[in-house]
Amino acid sequence: MEFSYEVEGGNFAKAGNAASGVKKVLKQLNVDPKIIKRIVVALYEGEVNVVAHAYKGNVLVDIDTNRIYIKIVDEGPGIPDIDLAMQVGYSTASAMVREMGFGAGMGLPNMKRNADIIDITSKVGEGTVVELTTKLTS
Amino acid sequence: MKVSDIIEKLNLKVTGGDEGLQNEVTGGYTSDLLSDVMGNVDEGQVWITLQTHRNVMAVASLKEVAAVIIVKDLEADENTISQSNDEGIPLLSSSMEAFELSGELYKLLNER
Ligand SMILES: Nc1ncnc2c1ncn2[C@@H]1O[C@H](COP(=O)(O)OP(=O)(O)OP(=O)(O)O)[C@@H](O)[C@H]1O
Ligand SMILES: [Mg+2]
Repeated sequence: MEFSYEVEGGNFAKAGNAASGVKKVLKQLNVDPKIIKRIVVALYEGEVNVVAHAYKGNVLVDIDTNRIYIKIVDEGPGIPDIDLAMQVGYSTASAMVREMGFGAGMGLPNMKRNADIIDITSKVGEGTVVELTTKLTS
Repeated sequence: MKVSDIIEKLNLKVTGGDEGLQNEVTGGYTSDLLSDVMGNVDEGQVWITLQTHRNVMAVASLKEVAAVIIVKDLEADENTISQSNDEGIPLLSSSMEAFELSGELYKLLNER
């Protein structure tokens, strides 16, 4: 099963749409609620990163019986130093974004903790691709 | 203890999400950083915060918290309230500040 969502940079009102859509689908598939939670936490953080840091993006979701694969592709500034960005507390979020309670520098660490496999590739000035893979059975 | 018990004992106002008033409360988490809550709140906990925008309900719903309490009588945004109603997760408000409210809730949940 494959589907996708558009993500608009700067549009916080819509942040979480992909995560809540995926949650509904996984519930229907009777996936363990604990596993669902890990998946949606990682996806939500990825969505918010596109909204907070990039211009626009796309979330591709591919589900088969064993695993879910999520690919978040954005057009944006890219991440110059991925290792640095992965550190808890590192953030370049704007003052406006911080005021909303984002920008703690915890999103990428949350994603890493909540996905079985995370792959990030990025080109400065072009954009970022985050791939998340998680097994659906424990 | 249920959300409705906490409302009565801590004198909270219900702003939205009536459907979830019978949710069972297992604990609480106090934070205004959304990723911190995403990473650390557990299902069934009450989330105490000063954030009032709609993303609060997105996090609350993905993590399946029992209720959200907004402190200091801050007013929730219109779309925060409507999402709380859609999700059936109670959105509550308190005149207390986070320190005080967390202390009161902690006492309440640990007295039995
Ligand atoms: N899609 C992206 N495009 C460009 N930069 C990004 C992207 N995702 C993350 N970053 C960079 O990595 C940093 C760390 O990201 P992370 O998600 O951990 O924290 P944050 O988004 O700043 O804050 P939080 O997630 O806690 O709200 C960001 O501040 C930003 O500099
Ligand atoms: Mg982030």
